[in-house]
Formats: sequence, C-alpha cells, structure tokens
Amino acid sequence: MADPLLSFKNLKIEATAYPPGEAPRHVVLVDGVSVSVEKGRVLGLIGESGAGKSTIGLSAMAFGRGGVRLTGGQIVLNGRDIRAAGQGDLRDLRGKEVTYVAQSAAASFNPAKKLMEQVIETSVAHGVMTKSEAEARAVSLFRQLSLPNPETIGNRYPHQVSGGQLQRVMTAMALCPKPDLVIFDEPTTALDVTTQIDVLAAIKRAIHETGVAALYITHDLAVVAQVADDILVLRHGKMVEYGTTDHIINTPKEAYTQALVSVRSIDHDEKPHAAPVLSVQNVTARYKGTNFDVLKNVTVDVAPGQTLAIVGESGSGKSTLARAITGLLPPAQGRISFAGRSLSTDLAGRTKDDLRELQMIYQMADVAMNPRQTVGTIIGRPLEFYFGLKGAEKEKRIQELLDQIEMGKGFADRYPAELSGGQKQRVCIARALAAKPKLIICDEVTSALDPLVADGILKLLLDLQARENVAYLFITHDLATVRAIADKIAVMFKGQVVRYGQKSDVLTPPFDDYTDLLLSSVPEMELGWLEKVIQTRKMESAGN
Amino acid sequence: MRLPLSAIVGLVLTGAFLFIGLFAQFIAPYPIDSAVGGVWEGPSAQYWLGTDTIGRDIVSRLIYGAQVTIFVALASSILAFSLGSFLGFFAAVRGGWIDQTLSRVVDLVMAIPSLIVALVMLSVLPLNLTVLILVMGVLDSTRVFRLSRAVAMDITVMDYVEAAKLRGEKQGWIIFREILPNALSPLVAEFGLRFIFAVLFISTLSFLGLGIQPPLTDWGGMVKENKDGLIYGKAAALMPAMAIAALAISVNLVADWILSRTSSLKGGRGG
Repeated sequence: MADPLLSFKNLKIEATAYPPGEAPRHVVLVDGVSVSVEKGRVLGLIGESGAGKSTIGLSAMAFGRGGVRLTGGQIVLNGRDIRAAGQGDLRDLRGKEVTYVAQSAAASFNPAKKLMEQVIETSVAHGVMTKSEAEARAVSLFRQLSLPNPETIGNRYPHQVSGGQLQRVMTAMALCPKPDLVIFDEPTTALDVTTQIDVLAAIKRAIHETGVAALYITHDLAVVAQVADDILVLRHGKMVEYGTTDHIINTPKEAYTQALVSVRSIDHDEKPHAAPVLSVQNVTARYKGTNFDVLKNVTVDVAPGQTLAIVGESGSGKSTLARAITGLLPPAQGRISFAGRSLSTDLAGRTKDDLRELQMIYQMADVAMNPRQTVGTIIGRPLEFYFGLKGAEKEKRIQELLDQIEMGKGFADRYPAELSGGQKQRVCIARALAAKPKLIICDEVTSALDPLVADGILKLLLDLQARENVAYLFITHDLATVRAIADKIAVMFKGQVVRYGQKSDVLTPPFDDYTDLLLSSVPEMELGWLEKVIQTRKMESAGN
Repeated sequence: MRLPLSAIVGLVLTGAFLFIGLFAQFIAPYPIDSAVGGVWEGPSAQYWLGTDTIGRDIVSRLIYGAQVTIFVALASSILAFSLGSFLGFFAAVRGGWIDQTLSRVVDLVMAIPSLIVALVMLSVLPLNLTVLILVMGVLDSTRVFRLSRAVAMDITVMDYVEAAKLRGEKQGWIIFREILPNALSPLVAEFGLRFIFAVLFISTLSFLGLGIQPPLTDWGGMVKENKDGLIYGKAAALMPAMAIAALAISVNLVADWILSRTSSLKGGRGG
C-alpha cells in the first residue's frame, strides 16, 4: 500500500468552554482518532452535532477555531507532521495543499468582490499559477461543475447567483490551486433537497475528474454514501466505526451505526379520510406593501387526530400558510374554518378557545422559549391562562405533561439553556399540549435536530396523537419525515398546492414533474443512488 | 465569579456616596447653613476641607449636597427609565403609527439641546425640586426610549414573543413578562450612565442658578458660590467639583462591570 496522503494518529483536540455565569470549563473535543486518507480517495466523516467532525476536518490544516487546541497525536500530511509546523509553513500549506469548502457559501464569499477574483485569489497568492492561468482553470472548473455560462459567471457578484450555484463556485475555488486534499464541511446541508442533488453530483464528478483526495463532513449518512469511498462514524469525539462505504451502509457492526442507517424507517399506516377539523378554502395571501401573492388559492383539510404534511422547498409558501392559519398574516381572500366554526382572519378577532385549540411548535426551539423563564413557567403559563389552574393543581399538571414528553422530575426548575436540543423541542411540545389543542401546527420541528433525536421527536408526536387525538399540520421539506408521519400530503410549489391527497395516492405514480423531482431528490441509503436518479428524473431543479 | 478590581472600587465608592447621602443629618459635623468660621479658611483639624464664601463648613455642605444631588439625579433617572422604557417597549410591540408618532416626537425633543430646553422650561415654571425632577426626567426619557425600543425590537421578533401573541396574551404580559426580563441587563447598565448624566446636568443647572435653590444646596451650586475664591487662590470650589468627578467615575466603574457581564451572557467576553 502506498503512503497515505493524510493520516491522523491518535489525534486529541481540546478546548476551553465559557458557559455563561459559570467558571470556564475544560472539554475534550476529539480523543484518540486515527484514520488516513489516500491520494484520490474520499473519506466521509459522519456524526451528530458535537461529534467533532468539523474540528477534525479543520485540524487537517492544523487549524483550530477560537480557543480550540490540538493537544495530542500526529497529523501527517505528505510525509510531515503538520502539528509541529511553524506559522510560515502552515501559511504555505493552507489554501495550496489543503483547501476548504464551508457550509454556508453565502456567508463565506465577500459580497463586494466578483466571483472570479475570489476563486483565483489563493492560487495567485500562493504563486501556484499566474492570473490568466488561474482564470482559465477556473472557467474549466466551472464547466466541470456544470455551472451555467462558465465563461462569464465569474464576472458576477455573489448575490447574483443562486445558493446551489454559489456552493459550486466555492468548490471551484477550493479545487483551483490543484490541492492534494479538499475538506468539504457540510457543503449541501443548507441547500434545498432538489438543489442538493445537483451540487452533490457536481462535487462528486469534480472530485473524480481532478483526482483530488477529500474529507467529506456531513450529518447525513445517505448523502455521504453517495460520495465517499470510506466512512468514519464519530460520536462525542471518539471513533465508533470505520470501514468502506459498502461495509458501513450494508453491514454495520456497531449499534450506533445501525441506528444511523435505519434512522428513517418509522412505519406509519395512514388513517382513512374523515370530516375535517381545519379546512382552508381558496386562501390567497400577500405580505404588506407587496403585490406578489405568496399563497395562491390554497385549499387543504386536516381531519381530527390525523396529520397533514405540507411539503415544499424554501420559498414555496409553507410557513406563510401557517401564518395565515394562525392569523398572523390575514389572507386577502379565502376562508378558514376550524372545529365547525369560521375563524376570524385576524388574530385580534379570535376567541380564547380559537387560540387555545390551535397551537404551534417552531423550528428553532431555542428562540421559541423565553430564556428567562423556567420550564415550569413555560409549560405552566397556558394552564394558568386558559384553564385558570393555580398552585398544587398546576404543579401536578406540569409534572403530568413532563411525564408525557418523557422528561422526568427536576426539569420544571431548569432554564432552557440547561436543556439539550431534543429536550427543548420536547418542552415546546408540552407547552402546546398544555392547551389541550385540537390542532398543532408543526413548522419544521425536526429540521434543526440530529437524525436520531429527530426520530425520537417524531415517535413522541405520533404517540401523543394516538393518545390525545390531536391533529397535526406538519410543515417540512424532508420527505422522509413525511413518509414517517403523514396521513395526507400537500405538495407546495411557488405558493400553490400542486398535488394533494391521501399519502398513498400522493406517493404513487404517475407523478407530476415537480413531485417527481422532489421525491427523487431525497437521498436514499443506497450505493449508486445518485447516478440512477440523475439519469432518470424528469425535471431539473430550479437552482439550475 | 471573581469581581474585577475596578468593579470593587466602583461598588465601594458608590455605596459610600449613597450611605453619606442617606444619613447626611447624622454624619455632618455642622448644620448646613450656619456660618461657623471665617471666610475661606484653609483646611484644619476643625474644618477638614476649610470653610466657604461666608464661613460655612465645606465638609458638612458637601455631605448635605450629596443628599440633594443624589436624590434629584436618582429620582429623575428613575422617572426617565419608567417613562422611556415603557414607551419604548410599547412602540416596539405595537409598531405602525404608534411607533412612528412616538419616535418622531422623541426625535423632535432630541433635536433641541436639552440644556436649552431645560433652561427655557425652568425660567417659566416655578423653581422647586418636583419641577426640576420632572423636567430632567422627561428630557432624559427620550434617550432611554431610543435604547429600550431598539432592544425590544430585537426581542419582539423572537418566536417566544410570537408564541405569547398566539396564546392571546395581553400587551402588558408581553411587555413585562416576555420582553422586560430579557432587556434588563443593557437597561441596568444604561441606568448607571444616565444617572451620571443626571448628576452632571443638575450640577450644570445649579451652577447657572436654575437648579437647587438656597437654603438647600448641591455640588454644582457649591462650585458656583465659591468660584470667585479661585481668583484669590482659594481651593473651596474644587472640593465639590472633585466630588462630582468621584461620583461619576465610581458609578461608571459599576456600569462598565454590568455591561461586561451582559456581553458575556451573549457569548462575548468570558468570565
């Protein structure tokens, strides 16, 4: 076997954390990681947030983010230990031998400079090539990455291209100086699912055509399975399992890896059609001061104790529909009836019962709870407000609700900052449940969570639905989630419902072009899925 | 958490000033208005800082002056904060024409130098402590309005405020229970700074003769009474001036410390 390009030997990375109001604390981010990457191969790093993926990725450039220290082990790149390298050596290495593609291209580009200038900057600065050589190489990379108008796209500014295109431009930037290794840090996570697939295909092709080695960091095993040759599964900074992609996906050994592979397999049989509890009829809405309809003639129903999933990409009007139903954005036209009565379009015109029976759970549980209120106050307020509960009675009900969301005693006195991401979302669910609602609007409630945690939340929601007979209007861009929990599905595209019906009908061919694109874009835990889809799909994503 | 040295100094000095102000009657060695010695006597064992323009003990007058200065500054700051932050939060929560009207009125008041407004108002209105506090409080509330409106604007877009609105909560709950607790830290720090400005403002007014009226006294008034002594090399006017500076610095140190704690809460500086 040839010498590996990059190898980590017993890597240890530490940092000092500054929790608010407490003494600084010492934390070990990465411990005992040994892995290597050979020339021209792609290593996938996978794990939930806090697993140390990005920290390991950045350490391949001997770099640590603020306060992060590389304290043990060796990082051998091209035969030398770069942990011991001086500042000058590191400056030569970064951006020349090793380059980096960040998650948010929009936040990483300088908005005041043209794309071409930024793409060739490192190549020219490191003296790898002259300006004209670098520009020629950039154009050929643009073409390789299937960017539109490869000759002229470099003259645009970052805001003049779409998010998916910008991510590909950043990949071109990373490949331009002919590096030995590229670090991809969640390059498709911030993109819509239909855009992700194109970017993924472009990155994969570029990696193979340039023969560069890569570290591909992501939390989505299905995505990494399409790109990587080998996969390293990480958890809490330690190695869980390492092997070829085929081995990890098809015959995982460790329980944690098995859980990751089977994460999207909740089974849910759809319930039959029933008379609706919420009925949205021909709703059209626009934001104040604009003359563009964000919602066009939307008609959907939700039956009691059932789940309607609203699916679509960002900008399709999903969340606007939620705002129209809750009364935050009174629709210009159309009717909304709820529990047999017609709802006032305006929030101020609704009765206390209207408000109580229609609850909402948000995507970001962090900002959905007042950081200065304890969990007890947060859950207790609806009890007090809607039912007038006080004292011991209220305490008892709070504990009941905490038990329902599978959180034990002692949580009532905690502040949101003292909870994990999954626990925060559970508390938000308890707050909604406290009102004894007939319908809960769930706006991307699992999108910000790690896959296993999200799975737990979905199971809890299904459980509660069975017990409390509450209906959900579930807004999401993730079709795997939809399959897991929906009874009915509405597919939204540019403010309109393009496909609507029982789950089995919506997910059964023949599809309209958009639904086909959306369904086929969801990464599957299967090798070779990407190539298959790119060949067979009917419509290209809007990002192209 | 360990207190930084500057915060300890600030807290001790501010506490000492408050204590002196509160118990002036018991601490001051001589009454406020009796001439006990000669004119502009130098410091001695009997009169620690000497005597003033008509032979009154400067230490005693400084102590009584502390009481008046701190009381007026504190009262006007509290008024400014109650008024300014309530209206600021209200404007942020309601938005629309209410916000526009309040903000433009505040812009208008702030466009005119507050000293000039105060001088005009005090020349027309009767001169007493209540009027003084009201005028200073209302003028200062415009600045508090701006800060609290900005802070509340950041908070009203949070999902938890939207959740409270969807729950059907009244404006009062949203302002006092959802917004106020999260806006408190920057407001407390600002309170320290506005208090100092109030001290300087009342001193300025008294120096110009429109502030505290005899027989009461404050530090600005004392500077005015003794300023002629400077020509003859008498240091009496410097004593109240230094007291003003010392109070300003010590409150500032405390405000700085609170502000640094606030930013560490937001993930800024540690510890």
